[in-house]
This record gives sequence, C-alpha cells and structure tokens, in this order.
Amino acid sequence: MPINVPIPDEQADGQADMLADGRVDLAGAPLPVQAADGHGPAIVCSRSFCLYYGSRVGVKDIDMEIYPRSVTSIIGPSGCGKSTFLRSINRMNDLVPGARASGVLEVNGQDVYDKRINLVNLRQQVGMVFQRPNPFPKSIFDNVAYGPRIQGIRRAARLEEVVERCLIQAALWGEVKDDLRKSALSLSGGQQQRLCIARALATGPKVLLMDEPCSALDPVATARIEELIAALKNDYTMVIVTHNMQQAARVSDRTAFFCLGELIEVGLTRDIFTAPKKRQTEDYVTGRFG
Amino acid sequence: MFRLMRRRMTSAVMFAMTGICTVVVIGALFFILGYLFWKGGRYVNWDFFTKLPAPVGEAGGGMANAIIGSAKLLLLATLIGMPIGFLGGVYLAEYGGKTFPFMVRYVTDLLNGVPSIVIGIFAYTVVVLKVRHFSAWAGGFALGIMMIPIALRSTEEFLRQVPNGLREAALALGAARWQMILTVVVPAALRGIVAGMMLDVARVAGETAPLLFTSFGNRFWSEGFDKPTASLPVMIFNYAIGPYEDWHRQAWAAGFVLLAMVFMFNVTARLLVSWRRH
Repeated sequence: MPINVPIPDEQADGQADMLADGRVDLAGAPLPVQAADGHGPAIVCSRSFCLYYGSRVGVKDIDMEIYPRSVTSIIGPSGCGKSTFLRSINRMNDLVPGARASGVLEVNGQDVYDKRINLVNLRQQVGMVFQRPNPFPKSIFDNVAYGPRIQGIRRAARLEEVVERCLIQAALWGEVKDDLRKSALSLSGGQQQRLCIARALATGPKVLLMDEPCSALDPVATARIEELIAALKNDYTMVIVTHNMQQAARVSDRTAFFCLGELIEVGLTRDIFTAPKKRQTEDYVTGRFG
Repeated sequence: MFRLMRRRMTSAVMFAMTGICTVVVIGALFFILGYLFWKGGRYVNWDFFTKLPAPVGEAGGGMANAIIGSAKLLLLATLIGMPIGFLGGVYLAEYGGKTFPFMVRYVTDLLNGVPSIVIGIFAYTVVVLKVRHFSAWAGGFALGIMMIPIALRSTEEFLRQVPNGLREAALALGAARWQMILTVVVPAALRGIVAGMMLDVARVAGETAPLLFTSFGNRFWSEGFDKPTASLPVMIFNYAIGPYEDWHRQAWAAGFVLLAMVFMFNVTARLLVSWRRH
C-alpha cells in the first residue's frame, strides 16, 4: 500500500474532505491565516540531504526547514543546486537518469524518498511552476481542469467551480472568463505563467514550488506574478528559486543561499540581506561575485 | 576586390545549379503527372468506377471491384500496421533503456528494407498455405507488415517533437506516466501521427508484388475478406502486360486514379501538419 503525504494537524481545517483512498476533496475552504514569524512545525524539512547525478554532486548536506504559509526563496549563483534541491521536493529529479538521493527530505513529516511513497499523491500535494510557461496545447479550461480530472473528478459543475476558483486565485479570471475554450497558447507569456500557476493550484497543493517563475517574463508580468505570490502566501507555502536577488528581497520571508551544491546560510530575508552571518553570503548579496 | 567578384560568381553559379536541379525534379514530377493524365485521364469515366471487368476479349467494363478491393486491403493493412507501429513508436519515444530500444529500431529499419516480394512470400507461407486459398486477409497482412516500420518511426519522430516541458508539467500535476502519454503527449503530436499514417497508407497503396500471390486478384466481386480480392496495382499489372488495347487504356486510367489517390493523401497529410489553428 503506497504511503501518502499526511496532512499536518494544524492545517487540517476540518472542511477539506479526505476521501477513502487518501485523496483530498477540493471543496476545502482557504486555510486560516498565520503569521510567518510565529511559524509552527516545518512543512518541508531536509536533514543531510544529498542528491547525485551519477557521480556528480547536485546538492550536498542540506539541512533546511521551510515553514507553513511563508515564502522561502533560494538564491545563489548559476549551477549551485537551487533547482536541484527544489525539484527534489516533489521528486521531479527522478526524470533524470542516474539521479539518486541520500539523507532525509520530509514533507509533512513523510520522507519523500521512502520507497513506498505514492508519487502521484506527493505531486498533487506539492505543486510546481516551471521557468518557462508550459501550458498544454489545450483550452484554458482543460489546462486548469487537468489536475482534477487526473484525480478522477468528472462532474462538470465541480470542474467549473475549481477552474474558476483557481483562475481567480491566480489573478487571471478577469482576463479570460469570457472564453475559457480559447487555446491556452493564444495567451501572452505572463498570462501563460499565471495559467500555469492556476493549473498547479487546481490539485489542491499545500506547497507550491516555483523554479525561477519570472525569468522568462517582462518586468510588468514579473510584477504581477510577485503580487500574486504575496496574495497566495495566506493559503499556500511557497518555495521560490530565483537568480534575481532583488526579487528575493521583495517577495520572501526567509531566504536560503546556496553555493556549489551546499547550503551556506538560511534565515530571515532581512537578516540575510542586511546582516549575513557568513562571509560568502555577504560577498554574494553585495555583488562581489555572481 | 577580385575576391568579392569570385565569391559573387560562385554564388551565382551555385544558385543556377540548384535552380536547374529544382526545375529538373519538378519537371520530372509534372512530366509523370502530365503523361499519366494525358494517357489515362481521358479514359477515366463513370464506367471505370462502377462496372466490373468485362469478359476477357470484350471491350468496356471497369474496375469497380479493384477499387473496393484496394480499399479493403488498405483497411486491413491499417488495422494491422497502425496499432503495432503506433504503440512501438510510443514505447521508443517515451520509455528509456539502451539495449532493447536500440534493437527495436534496428530491426524496424531492417524490416523497412526487406523487398516487398519477400514480404509477400512470407504472407503466402503464413496465411495462404495454411488455409489453401488466396484471400484479402493474406494481402492485408502483407501490406500491414510493410506499414509497421514507417508508422513506428514516424510516430516516434512526432512524439519526440513534443517539448519536454509538457511532460514535466503533466507529471508535476500528479499524472502517472501512462496518463501523461495518453492525455498530453499523444494529443499534442496527434496531427503529425495521423499525417504519418496517411503517408504510410499512400505508400503501401501502390505495392503490387506482395499482392500477386496473397490476394491474387479477382475479376468479380469478392464477398467478405476470405476470397481472392482484386486490387488496383494488380489489375494494372495484369492489364498492362495483356494483349488487348482496351486493357492498356484501362491500365493507364487505373494508374492515373491510383496516382490521384496517393496525391490526395499526401496533400491532406501536409495540410494536417502545417495548418495552424492558433
């Protein structure tokens, strides 16, 4: 029997229905607001986590905690393992041949690299938005409804409700509500990325991983996505990889600095940027290397 | 200065040569089309499509049974060749591994190179000898085998063209691998796959050698699939080497009809691939 990622007690609001086979019914109302500083137990927790691509080191000895309903950004120079770590959380690294992990990486207390883990359930609980918007060549409606349909939800009324709710949450509803049957590929880059966010939200995740979500977008679209991140913070935990330090300073509560596959420092964003503890961190945030 | 002139001259010469080659190729195509049209087009009439062949020696008649027969054979061939080719292409494009996929590709390419008459002999041995009579099943079987390599490779090619971002997105939403393939990758590649199938059918439609001793031919209607079946290429073969002028004219007409059909399939396939909906 594969193991599902458990829903943590403090987030179980009693209004989300857990179906018999472990799926979560998407009728749940938004979760109660909680300040990021008074964080509860970590929702994502890694202890001595390493990921190797064959013999090459991706990330090494990562000890990090990500707290619920906060935005954590991961910064660092190119090739330092930010995306590798992010993709380990929902096991997207499995797609790379020769990738293997050691150490512990837990989501809601469940080690995701346990052999028995139910990958489908994990990826529904931990959503991902990619660097380049990748909407399916289907209609806007079918894109957002893809996740729920995969979960087995077929009733048109339910699907319409989920699609509308997610498009509203992704700040795209107003622009597309007149014609949801339009092809997703006819939207602009920024709109496509918001569509991808709506699509990820439709599976009802607890954690949203974003791998440089704005790097392929223009500044106006970037600003809208950052506003969106601020709005989503109330209901979702977000982890954002960004190579743009100013963006990290703008949107995140906590920041982790990676370099050459190792976690150098992690802490509150304002501390990392104004009073970093490690010399390397200070060099990076002041622009001495990049 | 002299270098520039030399480069210009080389460019002009090359341009002229490529132009001449293009004209030669297109000219050859138009020549064949024109010749077939002139020789055979005028003998394509309503009788051709609706009447059975006349008794040997008599003028008149048509090739209605051959047209229906070819359609039956192509239908069978598609039913045999398409699923195997499609599923094989999906396997090669979506599932990894080193040795087995390599072997599949290699064997497929070998099969593609097997002479069609040898495939005919194989179908003869496996189907005709067992039941002791010619049939559309045998002919369809032979044509189906010929369809597999092209269907497989073309499906694989079009699936590979689907960007990986779509696969990642589907998996990240919690789709199982087969769900990702069925609901995202294949629909994205569908137009190309269908176009590839159409080209495959068009190519196989003109094959004569494998049909000579599998479906054999028939001067009358063949009920069902279990009897010897007429087909356009075989009719052309028999009529062209026959002694009657009327037969020769009908063979030209049949050649024209066959070419027109292949042409239409090709154009439709191209339109399918290039038609932009958005």
